[in-house]
Amino acid sequence: MDARRGSLPVPRVRQVGFFTPNAQPAPTRSQSGPPDSSSPPLSDSPASNSLSPVMIPPPRHHSDNLAAAPRPTSPLPVPEPSPFRRRGADNNNALLVGSYNPAETLLAMSPSSSHIGDGESEETMSGGWFRRSNSGKLASSLPSGTFDFSPVQSTAEVLKPNKVQNPVGISEVSARPAPKEQQPEAPSSSKQPKPKLTKAERRALQESQRAAKAAAKAPGGGKSVAAPEEVATIKSVKQHQTQKKDAPQVAVSVAASERKGGDKSQDKERRKDAPAPRMQFDDKSRVEKAKRRSVVDQTEAKKRVELFRHLPQYEHGTQLADLESKFLQLDPMHPAIYKVGLQYLAGDISGGNARCIAMLQAFQQVVKDYSTPPEKTLPRDLTAKISSYVSFFTQCRPLSMSMGNAIRFLKNRIAKLSPSLSESESKSSICTDIDRFINEKIVLADRVIVQHASSKVKDGDVLLVYGSSCVVEMVLLHSHELAKQFRVIVVDSRPKLEGKALLRRLVAKGVHCTYTHINAVSYVMHEVTKVFLGASSVLSNGTVYSRVGTACVAMVAHAFRVPVIICCEAYKFHERVQLDSICSNELGDPDAIGKVPGRMDVNYLNDVSNSGNLQLLNLMYDATPADYVSMIVTDYGMIPPTSVPVIVREYRRDHLLI
Amino acid sequence: MKEQTTRAMWWRSPSFILDNRQQAQPYGTARGGALSIPPPPSTAMADPNPNPNPLTDKISAYYQTRAAHHGVVSSDWLAQAQAAVGHIPDDAANSDQGAPSGKLFSVIDEFNNWRKQPDLAEAVAAIRALAAVIRNSQATTMMELEIELKKASDSLKSWDTTSISLTAGCDLFMRYVTRTSALEYEDFNSAKTRLIERAEKFGEISYKARKIIAMLSQDFIFDGCTILVHGFSRVVLEVLKMAAQNKKLFRVFCTEGRPDRTGLRLSNELAKLDVPVKLLIDSAVAYSMDEVDMVFVGADGVVESGGIINMMGTYQIALVAHSMNKPVYVAAESYKFARLYPLDQKDMGPALRPIEFGVPIPLKVEVETSARDYTPPQYLTLLFTDLGVLTPSVVSDELIQLYL
Repeated sequence: MDARRGSLPVPRVRQVGFFTPNAQPAPTRSQSGPPDSSSPPLSDSPASNSLSPVMIPPPRHHSDNLAAAPRPTSPLPVPEPSPFRRRGADNNNALLVGSYNPAETLLAMSPSSSHIGDGESEETMSGGWFRRSNSGKLASSLPSGTFDFSPVQSTAEVLKPNKVQNPVGISEVSARPAPKEQQPEAPSSSKQPKPKLTKAERRALQESQRAAKAAAKAPGGGKSVAAPEEVATIKSVKQHQTQKKDAPQVAVSVAASERKGGDKSQDKERRKDAPAPRMQFDDKSRVEKAKRRSVVDQTEAKKRVELFRHLPQYEHGTQLADLESKFLQLDPMHPAIYKVGLQYLAGDISGGNARCIAMLQAFQQVVKDYSTPPEKTLPRDLTAKISSYVSFFTQCRPLSMSMGNAIRFLKNRIAKLSPSLSESESKSSICTDIDRFINEKIVLADRVIVQHASSKVKDGDVLLVYGSSCVVEMVLLHSHELAKQFRVIVVDSRPKLEGKALLRRLVAKGVHCTYTHINAVSYVMHEVTKVFLGASSVLSNGTVYSRVGTACVAMVAHAFRVPVIICCEAYKFHERVQLDSICSNELGDPDAIGKVPGRMDVNYLNDVSNSGNLQLLNLMYDATPADYVSMIVTDYGMIPPTSVPVIVREYRRDHLLI
Repeated sequence: MKEQTTRAMWWRSPSFILDNRQQAQPYGTARGGALSIPPPPSTAMADPNPNPNPLTDKISAYYQTRAAHHGVVSSDWLAQAQAAVGHIPDDAANSDQGAPSGKLFSVIDEFNNWRKQPDLAEAVAAIRALAAVIRNSQATTMMELEIELKKASDSLKSWDTTSISLTAGCDLFMRYVTRTSALEYEDFNSAKTRLIERAEKFGEISYKARKIIAMLSQDFIFDGCTILVHGFSRVVLEVLKMAAQNKKLFRVFCTEGRPDRTGLRLSNELAKLDVPVKLLIDSAVAYSMDEVDMVFVGADGVVESGGIINMMGTYQIALVAHSMNKPVYVAAESYKFARLYPLDQKDMGPALRPIEFGVPIPLKVEVETSARDYTPPQYLTLLFTDLGVLTPSVVSDELIQLYL
């Protein structure tokens, strides 16, 4: 917790000192918790200095988001270190605090990089903050490996008119923004892959940008002050407020960003071999890039939940209509892919297996209709095509880990195709591979799991299930067919209420059921003898990644010493390790938890839902630590959660090659 | 590939240490010595053949054998054993089965024959019995042989469902057979001899296993320590014996091991080795736990979660030890690893055993006659096996590698 807090203050430090007043006045108040009450100047400072773009601290890639969106985390203890610092300053020199007039000092300061030093010497506190924010930022951005291009790029853009001697790189940069602006009108054109930069080209580009920056530094602050206007015109309207802030920062902290640049190129190379990490949606540049490529026109949610900025947060309900209208324009998209994508988007297909099977069948259709374009080879072209489809799916709904595994399998099969095969042969071989994957890894695996799991159902058992997992349902039905005497407690939760569908099917088959919501789980748990849960994925450390609420059920069960049995096919196992449900998750429609369908009287949020200091967090998944899991039933038998890595290790090859 | 993993499991066992030590004396002597222990006469078991129905008897066959083997040695047992030496020679099984023409060959008979040797583990007996099946088989193809073996092992397993190591031994051998047949042998007969060889080898390995375990666990027994043992386990006895031979100074607390009082027998054995022993009644475990440095138990079976199934009382000892932060060590041969996954105590077929209370029990009073309990892995510290010293979670890894 402490560690996490340590890294968190970074963006918020910036907020305290520097943000636009009209963006949101509220956070200042919430920030001034206990410590702030003793430090009025602090809370004053943002308001007073807000309009000067000069004092913006060094660049931060998601700074835009920060300023643009309201800050939900502000209630958290903001600048943890600052109060102490302040107090220390108080003790040493009370004058310092009293004399601290942020507006004055800020105005007095020059925009040049030297002012940091000045500030430091004058006021230890603010100087300390600067340093802190710098170091913290570097530290926090390093591990994620997501360095932003945006400041660098923006300088390049800004400097383009002024700088003459710029080589190739700049021209390419200038070429890039153009399609971006066109994109909304003609999405089909955006589908066309933008000229791919080779590694060498990219490096050349970076070098030139760095040179440009260095040159910009030399003339002094004057130029950089002029810069913001230009940037603002270039950038889209939505961001311009914050972009203004970013541009001068670049000039201020050239050194820092240069260092970053060096790291970046290295880091990029390193990233090449590593499995592609999930896209971090607080990484501006990558989001931009993805947007340019994207087919679905997604409007980003206006209010984003602070802790989950790295996850895609879009306005719900807009994409579907948009995509439907674009059906005929989407030339490169195969209709089967399109259909499945829409079904994901609309929520018609849900559940790990169903989604995975739908995706694979769509791919199968694609492969059947595929013909290699001239001058291309099937493995390469098809892989590229599938990648583009995958990114389309991702835009419709983030992929589950099981789908990721299936895609890996498919791509591997395509890559391993023997070059001697003719096109039709390779196509049919891919199709049979897909069929086999579906059969062996999903259908047969389910059957085996059902066999194993129902052997654990004894007469007189009371089984608790949560939500609706198709494997668990099969287990219950099979046990019922075996004439075992047991009772089922279906625990459900808002907003999806998937348990109702399960309940309906179980009752129709004559299973004795009890239905309750997760609120009552601690009450019903004492009569439960076994808990059966499904999983979206099981990670290498035994963590079960599943529908939100699963962890709660598992923990309650553990506290009551009720065995928790997870049913999960082995193709959903993933070698990743995850400790919490924050780093990787999916956010559902926030409105879904704000509104209660059919209850007009529950309308408390109707008028506040637009207010700046309310964020609705609708998480889709959570991570259950392995300690709370007694057993994982998988197609390789019943294993303890500690053995997941063994399965992953021993059968990874199998997953790819079956 | 799979074959390799099987072999890896067998080769990986630290038996090479033992081999190095025993280089001077050929292995045959050790085995011969073990074999020469006279099996008790068949009458001692009160008709092994009609009893194969443990459930109707309400007595686990497994525990009957154990009672026969580990019960306090009585003079008449010895006398019977002496008498038996004459008419059941060591190779009786082989010579008997050499001429199966007249009577029908039965695995269960064979198994019971082997089982009667006090020093022979059930799993080994099962595998020997299965080897005899191969020897007597009239099958001409690998497939036929496999089916025949499968039938035999199924009948063995169903003969005594309560014995975990019997099941595990059968499974292990079947696993080996199916994997071997996957490899194409040029000739059925060579495959057959290979299987028989393997069965013999398995017997040897399991003999060795105890020695290996004893050697591995020596590092954990330090001078001046107090060891609590529960029940009678041949492996644990071997461990303590070797520690005593190594001139380690330790003392042992033996639980009484009601109802069959196996602890008494262990204390007898230890007293013969001049190890200071103290007998506790089973309910005095918590009372004396603060003096104890480590708990040593054997296992009837090691299950996939890494927990063990062992004589009744192990679980509560482990709980007490866990709450007092004392290590709980389990000594178990790897052939006791079973593909079972009990979720709780009642999740296994009960192995029942009569309990003598010494006084008549009123009819209305129910008696818990279950003979064993399940100790979950979180209460175990380490498992000493012939594969090495393992944490409980590794058991499942080994099982996965072996069976999948």
